[in-house]
Amino acid sequence: MASTTPAKRPDPARLLSAPARWTLPELALWVAAAACFWVFPSKLLLLNEVAILALFALSLDLILGYAGIVSLGHAAFFGVGAYAAGLLAKHGIADPLVGLGVAAAAAGIVGFLSSFLVLRGSDLTRLMVTLGVALLLFELANRLDGITGGADGLQGITMGPLLGLFEFDLYGRTAFVYSTTVLFALFLVARRVVHSPFGLSLRAVKGNLLRARAVGISSSTRSVAIYTLAAVYAGIAGGLTAQTSQFVSLDVFDFHRSADVMLVLVLGGTGYLYGGIIGALIFRLMQDWLAGITPQYWQFWIGLVLVLVVLVGRERIEGLPRGLMGLLRRLTGRPAAEGTRP
Amino acid sequence: MSIVLETRGLTRRFGGLIATNDVSLSVEKGARHALIGPNGAGKTTLINLLTGVIQPSAGTIRLEGQDITGLSQNARVRRGLARTFQINQLFPELTVLETVALAVSERVGAGTAWWRSTGSHRDIAEEATAILDQFNLGDVMGERTAVLPYGRQRLLEIALAIACRPRVLLLDEPAAGVPEEERHEILAIVAGLPADVTVLLIEHDMDLVFSFADRISVLVGGAVFVEGPVDAIARDPRVREVYLGEGDHG
Repeated sequence: MASTTPAKRPDPARLLSAPARWTLPELALWVAAAACFWVFPSKLLLLNEVAILALFALSLDLILGYAGIVSLGHAAFFGVGAYAAGLLAKHGIADPLVGLGVAAAAAGIVGFLSSFLVLRGSDLTRLMVTLGVALLLFELANRLDGITGGADGLQGITMGPLLGLFEFDLYGRTAFVYSTTVLFALFLVARRVVHSPFGLSLRAVKGNLLRARAVGISSSTRSVAIYTLAAVYAGIAGGLTAQTSQFVSLDVFDFHRSADVMLVLVLGGTGYLYGGIIGALIFRLMQDWLAGITPQYWQFWIGLVLVLVVLVGRERIEGLPRGLMGLLRRLTGRPAAEGTRP
Repeated sequence: MSIVLETRGLTRRFGGLIATNDVSLSVEKGARHALIGPNGAGKTTLINLLTGVIQPSAGTIRLEGQDITGLSQNARVRRGLARTFQINQLFPELTVLETVALAVSERVGAGTAWWRSTGSHRDIAEEATAILDQFNLGDVMGERTAVLPYGRQRLLEIALAIACRPRVLLLDEPAAGVPEEERHEILAIVAGLPADVTVLLIEHDMDLVFSFADRISVLVGGAVFVEGPVDAIARDPRVREVYLGEGDHG
């Protein structure tokens, strides 16, 4: 069609969709995730936690990596989802998927309402407001001990079988498949969202708010939408935790949970969706491994790694695999993808 | 000729300072209207008032007869009032194509579409490409904006505003900071803007103003000092005195 244009000019529609196309490493990652079921049958409980943490971090990535909204209280939505799913199961509705839906809805409502608090203000204000909301919910759950069990936690949760067929077992087989499938499904949705025109507008708002408004973007409605979606994701992560551990304690609202998920994203990187998954894997495995060696001081090593990651710089670490990929492409003679983005 | 952009008694105070003082401005449809004035005359404040970045202390703004004084920035853009910035305001992490596609997708109301990928909206991709070609940016459309040379970023700055398909375009010193040898490209683009787009040009460069504008308003101390056709302003001794000055204009 465009044969009159000089040289070989890339098709603009293809160029725009380039980031949305699946790549080999992506597919490999998901195949590897599925293979874990057979390769590490004794580690499924741990891997279940990795999947849930990854989903939680993916949720934070949606607001931090794509919309530039910082949060130190993301556990608020995780906690709401966990208590919603836990309470539902405790009071007789034991179907996991129904519970997950209720967890998502509850967290979504709280997320929508609190989103208006983070619309205005600087990063510092947002850090304080999100932190404040999580503290409020923590104390609320503590105070309402008649419903939540307070400091003793929510006891007596019994989950029904998944899809009416698969009972949750002691080895975490059902839990792992359940959490990983949910993570994958929500990842697919997130992937579509960030590569859509809506996702593009979020990146614009993050990149330059003044100009984003000057091209007609209503930044506040976009922020409300993504904040609410992120809250739904966090709520589902919380719901999965409640269902697969069959226990909920005040810990789900705790500050360390918000801080950990931020740490996970720092380790894995923001703004390309896989940061949460990679970060969660590194963080949780490192935690597990270090806790085995130095049960009391494992946080020292986590802290050290964190400082190193920040000092050495993400670009240099990230550049490594990309450099290797480029080398691989040249060796296999495949043309470099057009419009590769950082 | 009908008036497309009109202000009445527009005033903005910052504490004791009156940055914009009782400005009543009428811009006709299709006009090439220039706004000039010495530094600190309140040109940028006026642009910010017109586009809704800041709210006036008093007065009204009308776009095509409708009061837009209380509207948000983005609502004004959707009504057809777009602007460029004196200092580039681009999206460093987006590619050139994504930048323009963003503005096109917002204009056609696809900005909230969240399922299909941006590239699968063919009409958006095609229109964005057409605009980039018009601005001679077609060859760099896959590049990240941050790596473009300054002169081309300046072109993108205007292309982005045009992608909003404005009825009134506010150009804030379009050639600011562009090296001499690249100026002509910017000037050609500005001169070639569609005739039905009304242009309000804020400019320091007198050559550009006199070659481009058909009407000039001179702003001094936040107020409109004098307004008229280009030749009348050029001959006006008062303007020479307060603005052009003796030997001030090289």
